[in-house]
Amino acid sequence: MAEIFEKLQLYFSYPFVRYALIVGLLIALCSSLLGVTLVLKRFSFIGDGLSHVAFGAMAVAVVVGLTNTMIIIVPVTVIAAILLLRTGQNTKIKGDAAVAMISVGALAVGYLLINLFSKSANIAGDVCSTLFGSTSILTLKEQDVWLCIGISVLVIAVFIFFYHKIFSVTFDENFAKATGTNANVYNLLIAVVIALIIVLAMNLVGSLLISALVIFPALSAMRIFKSYFAVTVYSAVLSVCCALIGILVSILAGTPVGATIVSVDIAAFIISGITGSICGGARR
Amino acid sequence: MPEQIICKNLTLGYEGNAVAENLNFTVSSGDYLCILGENGSGKSTLIKALLGLKPQISGNIEWGDGCKANEIGYLPQQTVVQKDFPASVREIVRSGCLAKCGLRPFYNKEEKELAESTMQQLGIDGLARRCYRELSGGQQQRVLLARALCATRKILLLDEPVTGLDPKAQTDLYELIAKLNSNGITIIMVSHDIAAAVRYSSHVLHIGSKKQLFFGKSSDYIKSRVGQTFIKSEEVEGDG
Repeated sequence: MAEIFEKLQLYFSYPFVRYALIVGLLIALCSSLLGVTLVLKRFSFIGDGLSHVAFGAMAVAVVVGLTNTMIIIVPVTVIAAILLLRTGQNTKIKGDAAVAMISVGALAVGYLLINLFSKSANIAGDVCSTLFGSTSILTLKEQDVWLCIGISVLVIAVFIFFYHKIFSVTFDENFAKATGTNANVYNLLIAVVIALIIVLAMNLVGSLLISALVIFPALSAMRIFKSYFAVTVYSAVLSVCCALIGILVSILAGTPVGATIVSVDIAAFIISGITGSICGGARR
Repeated sequence: MPEQIICKNLTLGYEGNAVAENLNFTVSSGDYLCILGENGSGKSTLIKALLGLKPQISGNIEWGDGCKANEIGYLPQQTVVQKDFPASVREIVRSGCLAKCGLRPFYNKEEKELAESTMQQLGIDGLARRCYRELSGGQQQRVLLARALCATRKILLLDEPVTGLDPKAQTDLYELIAKLNSNGITIIMVSHDIAAAVRYSSHVLHIGSKKQLFFGKSSDYIKSRVGQTFIKSEEVEGDG
Protein backbone atom coordinates (compact mmCIF):
# COMPACT_ATOMS: atom_id res chain seq x y z
CA MET A 1 0.00 0.00 0.00
CA ALA A 2 2.71 2.45 1.05
CA GLU A 3 4.44 1.93 -2.27
CA ILE A 4 1.33 2.85 -4.18
CA PHE A 5 0.88 6.06 -2.19
CA GLU A 6 4.53 6.99 -2.70
CA LYS A 7 4.18 6.39 -6.39
CA LEU A 8 1.02 8.50 -6.57
CA GLN A 9 2.70 11.25 -4.54
CA LEU A 10 5.58 11.28 -6.97
CA TYR A 11 3.26 11.50 -9.97
CA PHE A 12 1.13 14.23 -8.45
CA SER A 13 4.18 16.38 -7.90
CA TYR A 14 4.11 16.90 -11.67
CA PRO A 15 1.66 19.66 -12.66
CA PHE A 16 0.53 17.89 -15.86
CA VAL A 17 -0.73 14.92 -13.86
CA ARG A 18 -2.71 17.25 -11.59
CA TYR A 19 -4.13 19.03 -14.63
CA ALA A 20 -5.14 15.71 -16.12
CA LEU A 21 -6.97 14.74 -12.95
CA ILE A 22 -8.87 18.05 -12.66
CA VAL A 23 -9.87 18.06 -16.32
CA GLY A 24 -10.77 14.39 -16.26
CA LEU A 25 -13.12 14.73 -13.30
CA LEU A 26 -14.81 17.85 -14.68
CA ILE A 27 -15.38 16.24 -18.05
CA ALA A 28 -16.79 13.12 -16.42
CA LEU A 29 -19.20 15.24 -14.38
CA CYS A 30 -20.44 17.31 -17.34
CA SER A 31 -20.78 14.43 -19.74
CA SER A 32 -22.94 12.45 -17.32
CA LEU A 33 -25.48 15.25 -16.85
CA LEU A 34 -27.15 15.05 -20.23
CA GLY A 35 -26.75 11.30 -20.60
CA VAL A 36 -30.27 10.53 -19.41
CA THR A 37 -31.77 13.00 -21.86
CA LEU A 38 -29.80 11.59 -24.76
CA VAL A 39 -30.51 7.94 -23.96
CA LEU A 40 -34.23 8.62 -23.71
CA LYS A 41 -34.41 10.74 -26.82
CA ARG A 42 -32.79 7.80 -28.67
CA PHE A 43 -29.68 9.83 -29.33
CA SER A 44 -27.18 7.58 -27.56
CA PHE A 45 -24.91 7.72 -30.54
CA ILE A 46 -24.87 11.46 -30.97
CA GLY A 47 -21.74 11.60 -28.82
CA ASP A 48 -20.01 9.33 -31.25
CA GLY A 49 -21.29 11.21 -34.29
CA LEU A 50 -20.33 14.62 -32.97
CA SER A 51 -16.92 13.53 -31.85
CA HIS A 52 -16.20 12.30 -35.35
CA VAL A 53 -17.31 15.66 -36.65
CA ALA A 54 -14.92 17.25 -34.18
CA PHE A 55 -12.20 14.93 -35.45
CA GLY A 56 -12.94 15.97 -39.03
CA ALA A 57 -12.88 19.63 -38.05
CA MET A 58 -9.59 19.14 -36.29
CA ALA A 59 -8.11 17.51 -39.36
CA VAL A 60 -9.11 20.56 -41.39
CA ALA A 61 -7.61 22.87 -38.78
CA VAL A 62 -4.33 20.96 -38.78
CA VAL A 63 -4.15 20.91 -42.57
CA VAL A 64 -4.83 24.64 -42.78
CA GLY A 65 -2.06 25.08 -40.24
CA LEU A 66 -3.88 26.70 -37.31
CA THR A 67 -2.15 26.49 -33.96
CA ASN A 68 -5.38 26.96 -32.00
CA THR A 69 -7.55 24.21 -33.47
CA MET A 70 -10.47 25.07 -31.13
CA ILE A 71 -11.39 28.04 -33.34
CA ILE A 72 -12.65 25.62 -35.98
CA ILE A 73 -13.61 22.60 -33.85
CA VAL A 74 -16.06 24.32 -31.50
CA PRO A 75 -18.30 26.10 -34.05
CA VAL A 76 -18.36 23.17 -36.48
CA THR A 77 -19.35 20.73 -33.74
CA VAL A 78 -22.01 23.04 -32.36
CA ILE A 79 -23.55 23.48 -35.82
CA ALA A 80 -23.51 19.72 -36.42
CA ALA A 81 -25.20 19.13 -33.05
CA ILE A 82 -27.95 21.61 -33.85
CA LEU A 83 -28.56 20.04 -37.26
CA LEU A 84 -28.63 16.51 -35.83
CA LEU A 85 -31.06 17.25 -33.00
CA ARG A 86 -33.30 19.21 -35.34
CA THR A 87 -33.59 16.24 -37.67
CA GLY A 88 -35.08 14.32 -34.76
CA GLN A 89 -38.45 15.86 -35.53
CA ASN A 90 -39.51 16.16 -39.15
CA THR A 91 -37.10 15.38 -41.89
CA LYS A 92 -36.51 12.85 -44.58
CA ILE A 93 -33.42 11.37 -42.92
CA LYS A 94 -34.31 10.17 -39.43
CA GLY A 95 -32.23 10.64 -36.30
CA ASP A 96 -30.16 7.47 -36.23
CA ALA A 97 -29.45 7.49 -39.96
CA ALA A 98 -28.44 11.15 -39.85
CA VAL A 99 -26.08 10.51 -36.93
CA ALA A 100 -24.52 7.53 -38.69
CA MET A 101 -24.12 9.44 -41.93
CA ILE A 102 -22.45 12.50 -40.43
CA SER A 103 -20.34 10.40 -38.10
CA VAL A 104 -18.84 8.12 -40.71
CA GLY A 105 -18.61 10.87 -43.30
CA ALA A 106 -16.68 13.23 -41.05
CA LEU A 107 -14.35 10.47 -39.89
CA ALA A 108 -13.52 9.41 -43.45
CA VAL A 109 -12.98 12.93 -44.75
CA GLY A 110 -10.90 13.88 -41.71
CA TYR A 111 -8.64 10.86 -42.04
CA LEU A 112 -8.28 11.44 -45.76
CA LEU A 113 -7.27 15.07 -45.26
CA ILE A 114 -4.68 14.22 -42.62
CA ASN A 115 -3.23 11.51 -44.80
CA LEU A 116 -3.00 13.73 -47.86
CA PHE A 117 -1.69 16.91 -46.31
CA SER A 118 -0.08 16.21 -42.95
CA LYS A 119 3.63 16.90 -42.69
CA SER A 120 4.07 14.81 -39.56
CA ALA A 121 6.15 11.68 -39.88
CA ASN A 122 3.96 9.59 -37.62
CA ILE A 123 0.47 9.87 -39.15
CA ALA A 124 -0.84 6.62 -37.75
CA GLY A 125 0.27 7.62 -34.26
CA ASP A 126 -1.34 11.07 -34.54
CA VAL A 127 -4.64 9.67 -35.71
CA CYS A 128 -4.64 6.96 -33.09
CA SER A 129 -4.04 9.40 -30.25
CA THR A 130 -6.87 11.63 -31.45
CA LEU A 131 -9.26 8.72 -31.75
CA PHE A 132 -8.39 7.13 -28.42
CA GLY A 133 -7.12 10.19 -26.55
CA SER A 134 -4.22 8.15 -25.28
CA THR A 135 -1.72 10.86 -24.54
CA SER A 136 -3.29 14.23 -25.20
CA ILE A 137 -4.71 14.61 -21.70
CA LEU A 138 -1.18 14.44 -20.30
CA THR A 139 -0.01 17.29 -22.52
CA LEU A 140 -2.51 19.87 -21.26
CA LYS A 141 -1.25 23.37 -20.56
CA GLU A 142 -2.47 25.61 -17.79
CA GLN A 143 -4.65 27.64 -20.15
CA ASP A 144 -6.35 24.46 -21.40
CA VAL A 145 -7.23 23.64 -17.82
CA TRP A 146 -8.77 27.08 -17.27
CA LEU A 147 -10.74 26.78 -20.51
CA CYS A 148 -12.01 23.41 -19.36
CA ILE A 149 -13.00 24.76 -15.94
CA GLY A 150 -14.80 27.68 -17.59
CA ILE A 151 -16.81 25.52 -19.98
CA SER A 152 -17.62 23.02 -17.21
CA VAL A 153 -18.95 25.71 -14.91
CA LEU A 154 -21.05 27.05 -17.78
CA VAL A 155 -22.45 23.60 -18.62
CA ILE A 156 -23.29 22.83 -14.99
CA ALA A 157 -24.90 26.23 -14.46
CA VAL A 158 -27.04 25.89 -17.59
CA PHE A 159 -28.08 22.39 -16.55
CA ILE A 160 -29.12 23.41 -13.03
CA PHE A 161 -30.90 26.54 -14.21
CA PHE A 162 -32.92 24.73 -16.87
CA TYR A 163 -33.20 21.40 -15.04
CA HIS A 164 -37.02 21.31 -14.93
CA LYS A 165 -37.35 22.52 -18.49
CA ILE A 166 -34.97 19.88 -19.77
CA PHE A 167 -36.95 17.26 -17.85
CA SER A 168 -40.24 18.40 -19.31
CA VAL A 169 -38.99 18.68 -22.88
CA THR A 170 -37.40 15.22 -22.70
CA PHE A 171 -40.37 13.52 -21.08
CA ASP A 172 -43.05 14.94 -23.32
CA GLU A 173 -42.14 17.47 -25.96
CA ASN A 174 -45.69 17.88 -27.27
CA PHE A 175 -47.12 18.62 -23.85
CA ALA A 176 -44.37 21.12 -23.14
CA LYS A 177 -45.08 22.88 -26.44
CA ALA A 178 -48.84 22.81 -25.94
CA THR A 179 -48.60 24.47 -22.54
CA GLY A 180 -46.41 27.25 -23.83
CA THR A 181 -42.84 26.09 -23.16
CA ASN A 182 -40.64 26.93 -26.09
CA ALA A 183 -39.36 23.40 -26.66
CA ASN A 184 -37.32 24.32 -29.72
CA VAL A 185 -35.19 26.74 -27.73
CA TYR A 186 -34.46 24.09 -25.12
CA ASN A 187 -33.65 21.48 -27.76
CA LEU A 188 -31.21 23.97 -29.23
CA LEU A 189 -29.73 24.58 -25.80
CA ILE A 190 -29.31 20.84 -25.23
CA ALA A 191 -27.59 20.52 -28.62
CA VAL A 192 -25.12 23.33 -27.89
CA VAL A 193 -24.30 22.00 -24.43
CA ILE A 194 -23.70 18.51 -25.81
CA ALA A 195 -21.40 19.85 -28.50
CA LEU A 196 -19.37 21.74 -25.90
CA ILE A 197 -19.09 18.67 -23.68
CA ILE A 198 -17.92 16.55 -26.58
CA VAL A 199 -15.24 18.99 -27.67
CA LEU A 200 -14.01 18.99 -24.09
CA ALA A 201 -14.14 15.24 -23.72
CA MET A 202 -12.07 14.61 -26.84
CA ASN A 203 -9.01 15.50 -24.76
CA LEU A 204 -9.79 12.85 -22.23
CA VAL A 205 -10.94 9.73 -23.98
CA GLY A 206 -10.59 10.63 -27.62
CA SER A 207 -13.36 10.67 -30.16
CA LEU A 208 -14.12 6.95 -30.25
CA LEU A 209 -14.93 6.50 -26.59
CA ILE A 210 -16.94 9.64 -25.81
CA SER A 211 -20.27 7.86 -26.11
CA ALA A 212 -19.22 5.66 -23.22
CA LEU A 213 -18.73 8.66 -20.93
CA VAL A 214 -22.12 10.06 -21.88
CA ILE A 215 -24.15 6.86 -21.85
CA PHE A 216 -22.77 4.46 -19.22
CA PRO A 217 -23.39 6.51 -16.05
CA ALA A 218 -26.96 7.29 -17.15
CA LEU A 219 -27.73 3.67 -18.02
CA SER A 220 -26.22 2.46 -14.75
CA ALA A 221 -28.30 4.94 -12.75
CA MET A 222 -31.48 4.01 -14.62
CA ARG A 223 -31.03 0.39 -13.47
CA ILE A 224 -31.32 1.36 -9.82
CA PHE A 225 -33.21 4.62 -9.33
CA LYS A 226 -36.80 5.57 -10.01
CA SER A 227 -36.87 9.33 -10.16
CA TYR A 228 -35.22 11.67 -12.62
CA PHE A 229 -33.54 13.60 -9.82
CA ALA A 230 -32.01 10.50 -8.24
CA VAL A 231 -30.90 9.19 -11.62
CA THR A 232 -29.22 12.50 -12.47
CA VAL A 233 -27.41 12.81 -9.14
CA TYR A 234 -26.31 9.17 -9.08
CA SER A 235 -25.03 9.23 -12.65
CA ALA A 236 -22.99 12.37 -11.93
CA VAL A 237 -21.47 10.86 -8.78
CA LEU A 238 -20.84 7.53 -10.47
CA SER A 239 -19.23 9.14 -13.48
CA VAL A 240 -16.83 11.19 -11.33
CA CYS A 241 -15.90 8.14 -9.23
CA CYS A 242 -15.28 6.00 -12.29
CA ALA A 243 -13.14 8.70 -13.86
CA LEU A 244 -11.11 9.06 -10.63
CA ILE A 245 -10.52 5.32 -10.34
CA GLY A 246 -9.76 5.07 -14.06
CA ILE A 247 -7.19 7.87 -13.99
CA LEU A 248 -5.45 6.54 -10.87
CA VAL A 249 -5.29 3.02 -12.28
CA SER A 250 -3.97 4.25 -15.59
CA ILE A 251 -1.23 6.21 -13.80
CA LEU A 252 -0.21 3.27 -11.62
CA ALA A 253 -0.48 0.56 -14.25
CA GLY A 254 0.54 2.64 -17.24
CA THR A 255 -2.61 1.79 -19.19
CA PRO A 256 -4.21 4.21 -21.71
CA VAL A 257 -6.35 6.74 -19.80
CA GLY A 258 -9.50 6.76 -21.95
CA ALA A 259 -9.83 3.02 -22.31
CA THR A 260 -9.23 2.50 -18.58
CA ILE A 261 -11.96 4.96 -17.58
CA VAL A 262 -14.43 3.34 -19.95
CA SER A 263 -13.57 -0.10 -18.58
CA VAL A 264 -14.30 1.12 -15.06
CA ASP A 265 -17.61 2.54 -16.36
CA ILE A 266 -18.50 -0.84 -17.83
CA ALA A 267 -17.73 -2.54 -14.51
CA ALA A 268 -19.91 0.02 -12.70
CA PHE A 269 -22.72 -0.65 -15.17
CA ILE A 270 -22.58 -4.39 -14.51
CA ILE A 271 -22.55 -3.85 -10.74
CA SER A 272 -25.49 -1.42 -11.00
CA GLY A 273 -27.40 -3.86 -13.18
CA ILE A 274 -26.97 -6.66 -10.62
CA THR A 275 -27.85 -4.33 -7.71
CA GLY A 276 -30.93 -3.12 -9.58
CA SER A 277 -32.25 -6.59 -10.30
CA ILE A 278 -31.70 -7.68 -6.70
CA CYS A 279 -33.32 -4.60 -5.14
CA GLY A 280 -36.03 -3.84 -7.65
CA GLY A 281 -37.17 -7.33 -8.58
CA ALA A 282 -37.65 -8.05 -12.27
CA ARG A 283 -37.28 -4.73 -13.98
CA ARG A 284 -35.74 -4.81 -17.42
CA MET B 1 -72.62 29.80 -21.72
CA PRO B 2 -69.60 31.81 -22.89
CA GLU B 3 -67.92 30.45 -25.98
CA GLN B 4 -64.31 29.40 -25.47
CA ILE B 5 -63.32 28.20 -28.91
CA ILE B 6 -64.89 29.18 -32.22
CA CYS B 7 -63.64 27.47 -35.39
CA LYS B 8 -64.72 29.01 -38.67
CA ASN B 9 -64.13 27.39 -42.08
CA LEU B 10 -61.06 25.73 -40.70
CA THR B 11 -58.99 23.79 -43.27
CA LEU B 12 -56.12 21.66 -42.02
CA GLY B 13 -53.43 19.63 -43.70
CA TYR B 14 -49.81 18.87 -44.38
CA GLU B 15 -47.71 20.79 -46.92
CA GLY B 16 -50.71 22.22 -48.69
CA ASN B 17 -52.65 18.93 -48.91
CA ALA B 18 -55.90 19.33 -47.01
CA VAL B 19 -56.87 16.45 -44.72
CA ALA B 20 -59.93 18.16 -43.27
CA GLU B 21 -61.79 21.02 -44.92
CA ASN B 22 -64.33 23.55 -43.74
CA LEU B 23 -64.66 22.62 -40.11
CA ASN B 24 -67.18 24.78 -38.26
CA PHE B 25 -67.82 24.30 -34.59
CA THR B 26 -67.89 26.06 -31.26
CA VAL B 27 -66.96 24.91 -27.79
CA SER B 28 -68.57 26.62 -24.82
CA SER B 29 -67.52 26.63 -21.21
CA GLY B 30 -68.53 23.36 -19.53
CA ASP B 31 -69.06 21.43 -22.78
CA TYR B 32 -67.95 17.84 -23.26
CA LEU B 33 -67.09 17.59 -26.95
CA CYS B 34 -66.25 14.27 -28.54
CA ILE B 35 -64.39 14.27 -31.85
CA LEU B 36 -65.14 11.15 -33.86
CA GLY B 37 -63.87 9.95 -37.21
CA GLU B 38 -62.00 7.20 -38.99
CA ASN B 39 -58.22 6.98 -39.02
CA GLY B 40 -56.72 9.59 -41.30
CA SER B 41 -59.73 11.88 -41.10
CA GLY B 42 -57.66 14.65 -39.57
CA LYS B 43 -58.49 14.28 -35.87
CA SER B 44 -54.88 14.46 -34.74
CA THR B 45 -54.22 17.37 -37.08
CA LEU B 46 -57.19 19.20 -35.57
CA ILE B 47 -55.75 18.65 -32.10
CA LYS B 48 -52.37 20.00 -33.16
CA ALA B 49 -54.07 23.05 -34.63
CA LEU B 50 -56.06 23.66 -31.44
CA LEU B 51 -52.88 23.40 -29.40
CA GLY B 52 -51.12 25.83 -31.69
CA LEU B 53 -48.51 23.25 -32.69
CA LYS B 54 -49.44 23.37 -36.35
CA PRO B 55 -50.76 26.31 -38.34
CA GLN B 56 -54.00 25.88 -40.25
CA ILE B 57 -54.12 26.24 -44.06
CA SER B 58 -57.08 28.60 -43.93
CA GLY B 59 -59.92 29.62 -41.64
CA ASN B 60 -59.88 30.84 -38.09
CA ILE B 61 -59.64 29.57 -34.55
CA GLU B 62 -60.94 32.21 -32.18
CA TRP B 63 -60.51 32.10 -28.42
CA GLY B 64 -63.03 33.56 -26.05
CA ASP B 65 -63.81 33.66 -22.34
CA GLY B 66 -60.24 34.56 -21.43
CA CYS B 67 -58.74 31.41 -22.97
CA LYS B 68 -55.52 31.37 -24.94
CA ALA B 69 -54.06 28.72 -27.19
CA ASN B 70 -51.48 27.69 -24.61
CA GLU B 71 -53.96 27.46 -21.78
CA ILE B 72 -55.23 24.05 -22.75
CA GLY B 73 -54.44 21.08 -20.56
CA TYR B 74 -53.32 18.35 -22.91
CA LEU B 75 -53.35 14.60 -22.40
CA PRO B 76 -51.30 13.26 -25.30
CA GLN B 77 -51.06 9.69 -26.49
CA GLN B 78 -48.21 7.91 -24.76
CA THR B 79 -44.88 8.01 -26.53
CA VAL B 80 -42.20 5.36 -26.69
CA VAL B 81 -39.84 7.59 -24.71
CA GLN B 82 -42.16 7.59 -21.70
CA LYS B 83 -42.24 3.81 -21.45
CA ASP B 84 -38.78 3.65 -19.91
CA PHE B 85 -38.39 7.13 -18.52
CA PRO B 86 -37.09 7.11 -14.95
CA ALA B 87 -39.34 9.69 -13.33
CA SER B 88 -41.40 9.72 -10.16
CA VAL B 89 -45.10 10.51 -10.32
CA ARG B 90 -44.54 13.71 -8.34
CA GLU B 91 -41.91 14.96 -10.79
CA ILE B 92 -44.24 14.41 -13.73
CA VAL B 93 -47.27 16.06 -12.14
CA ARG B 94 -45.17 19.06 -11.12
CA SER B 95 -43.92 19.49 -14.68
CA GLY B 96 -47.47 20.59 -15.52
CA CYS B 97 -46.75 23.81 -13.61
CA LEU B 98 -43.75 24.61 -15.76
CA ALA B 99 -45.47 27.22 -17.91
CA LYS B 100 -46.32 29.17 -14.74
CA CYS B 101 -42.63 29.39 -13.86
CA GLY B 102 -41.50 31.44 -16.82
CA LEU B 103 -37.75 31.83 -16.50
CA ARG B 104 -37.68 30.97 -12.80
CA PRO B 105 -35.62 27.78 -12.57
CA PHE B 106 -37.46 26.05 -9.71
CA TYR B 107 -41.06 25.52 -8.60
CA ASN B 108 -42.38 27.73 -5.81
CA LYS B 109 -44.49 26.67 -2.86
CA GLU B 110 -47.85 27.34 -4.50
CA GLU B 111 -46.99 25.23 -7.53
CA LYS B 112 -45.83 22.36 -5.34
CA GLU B 113 -49.07 22.56 -3.34
CA LEU B 114 -51.11 22.65 -6.55
CA ALA B 115 -49.40 19.43 -7.66
CA GLU B 116 -50.11 17.75 -4.30
CA SER B 117 -53.78 18.76 -4.21
CA THR B 118 -54.29 17.66 -7.82
CA MET B 119 -52.81 14.26 -7.04
CA GLN B 120 -55.21 13.96 -4.10
CA GLN B 121 -58.14 14.97 -6.29
CA LEU B 122 -57.35 12.18 -8.75
CA GLY B 123 -56.58 9.63 -6.04
CA ILE B 124 -52.93 9.13 -6.94
CA ASP B 125 -51.32 10.86 -3.94
CA GLY B 126 -50.32 7.43 -2.62
CA LEU B 127 -48.25 6.87 -5.77
CA ALA B 128 -46.30 10.14 -5.55
CA ARG B 129 -42.93 8.48 -4.99
CA ARG B 130 -43.50 5.58 -7.34
CA CYS B 131 -41.77 5.28 -10.70
CA TYR B 132 -44.00 6.17 -13.64
CA ARG B 133 -42.92 3.24 -15.81
CA GLU B 134 -43.96 0.71 -13.13
CA LEU B 135 -47.57 1.90 -12.96
CA SER B 136 -50.53 0.29 -14.71
CA GLY B 137 -51.94 1.91 -17.84
CA GLY B 138 -54.88 3.42 -15.97
CA GLN B 139 -52.65 4.87 -13.27
CA GLN B 140 -50.32 6.33 -15.89
CA GLN B 141 -53.24 8.09 -17.57
CA ARG B 142 -54.28 9.55 -14.19
CA VAL B 143 -50.77 10.88 -13.69
CA LEU B 144 -50.81 12.57 -17.09
CA LEU B 145 -54.31 13.87 -16.36
CA ALA B 146 -53.06 15.37 -13.09
CA ARG B 147 -50.21 17.02 -14.98
CA ALA B 148 -52.66 18.50 -17.48
CA LEU B 149 -54.82 19.81 -14.64
CA CYS B 150 -51.79 21.56 -13.14
CA ALA B 151 -51.39 23.43 -16.41
CA THR B 152 -54.99 24.65 -16.63
CA ARG B 153 -58.39 24.51 -15.00
CA LYS B 154 -60.33 25.60 -18.06
CA ILE B 155 -60.04 23.19 -20.98
CA LEU B 156 -58.72 19.63 -21.16
CA LEU B 157 -57.87 18.12 -24.51
CA LEU B 158 -57.65 14.34 -24.44
CA ASP B 159 -56.21 12.34 -27.33
CA GLU B 160 -57.73 8.84 -27.25
CA PRO B 161 -57.21 8.53 -23.50
CA VAL B 162 -58.54 4.99 -23.07
CA THR B 163 -56.43 3.33 -25.77
CA GLY B 164 -54.75 0.22 -24.40
CA LEU B 165 -56.60 0.17 -21.09
CA ASP B 166 -58.60 -2.80 -19.84
CA PRO B 167 -62.42 -2.37 -19.68
CA LYS B 168 -62.47 -1.65 -15.94
CA ALA B 169 -59.77 1.01 -16.22
CA GLN B 170 -61.58 2.49 -19.25
CA THR B 171 -64.80 2.92 -17.28
CA ASP B 172 -62.93 4.40 -14.30
CA LEU B 173 -61.19 6.92 -16.53
CA TYR B 174 -64.44 7.89 -18.28
CA GLU B 175 -66.13 8.39 -14.90
CA LEU B 176 -63.23 10.50 -13.69
CA ILE B 177 -63.35 12.68 -16.78
CA ALA B 178 -67.12 13.06 -16.43
CA LYS B 179 -66.58 14.16 -12.82
CA LEU B 180 -64.04 16.78 -13.88
CA ASN B 181 -66.51 17.97 -16.49
CA SER B 182 -69.27 18.34 -13.93
CA ASN B 183 -66.85 20.49 -11.90
CA GLY B 184 -66.91 22.94 -14.80
CA ILE B 185 -63.86 21.94 -16.83
CA THR B 186 -64.45 21.92 -20.57
CA ILE B 187 -63.51 18.58 -22.12
CA ILE B 188 -62.51 17.95 -25.72
CA MET B 189 -61.83 14.29 -26.43
CA VAL B 190 -60.75 12.46 -29.53
CA SER B 191 -62.11 8.94 -29.44
CA HIS B 192 -62.71 5.72 -31.31
CA ASP B 193 -65.12 4.48 -28.71
CA ILE B 194 -68.47 5.64 -30.05
CA ALA B 195 -70.59 4.00 -27.35
CA ALA B 196 -68.82 5.86 -24.57
CA ALA B 197 -68.71 9.01 -26.68
CA VAL B 198 -72.48 9.31 -27.01
CA ARG B 199 -73.03 8.28 -23.41
CA TYR B 200 -70.72 10.78 -21.72
CA SER B 201 -70.39 13.71 -24.12
CA SER B 202 -72.67 16.70 -24.55
CA HIS B 203 -71.59 17.45 -28.12
CA VAL B 204 -70.21 15.45 -31.03
CA LEU B 205 -68.02 16.54 -33.92
CA HIS B 206 -67.81 13.85 -36.59
CA ILE B 207 -65.17 14.29 -39.27
CA GLY B 208 -65.42 12.14 -42.39
CA SER B 209 -62.92 11.89 -45.20
CA LYS B 210 -62.03 15.51 -45.88
CA LYS B 211 -65.24 17.06 -44.60
CA GLN B 212 -67.28 17.65 -41.50
CA LEU B 213 -70.19 15.21 -41.29
CA PHE B 214 -71.84 16.31 -38.09
CA PHE B 215 -71.59 18.85 -35.34
CA GLY B 216 -74.21 19.25 -32.62
CA LYS B 217 -75.62 17.83 -29.43
CA SER B 218 -74.97 14.17 -28.72
CA SER B 219 -78.69 13.49 -28.36
CA ASP B 220 -79.23 14.83 -31.90
CA TYR B 221 -76.27 12.84 -33.19
CA ILE B 222 -77.83 9.52 -32.15
CA LYS B 223 -80.95 10.38 -34.16
CA SER B 224 -79.06 11.70 -37.21
CA ARG B 225 -78.34 9.54 -40.25
CA VAL B 226 -74.58 9.92 -39.92
CA GLY B 227 -74.74 8.87 -36.32
CA GLN B 228 -77.02 5.91 -36.98
CA THR B 229 -74.80 4.56 -39.75
CA PHE B 230 -71.62 5.03 -37.76
CA ILE B 231 -73.01 3.44 -34.62
CA LYS B 232 -74.29 0.46 -36.63
CA SER B 233 -71.02 -0.06 -38.49
CA GLU B 234 -69.12 -0.01 -35.20
CA GLU B 235 -71.53 -2.54 -33.70
CA VAL B 236 -71.10 -4.87 -36.66
CA GLU B 237 -67.32 -4.59 -36.32
CA GLY B 238 -67.62 -5.26 -32.62
CA ASP B 239 -69.69 -8.40 -33.22
CA GLY B 240 -67.42 -9.71 -35.95
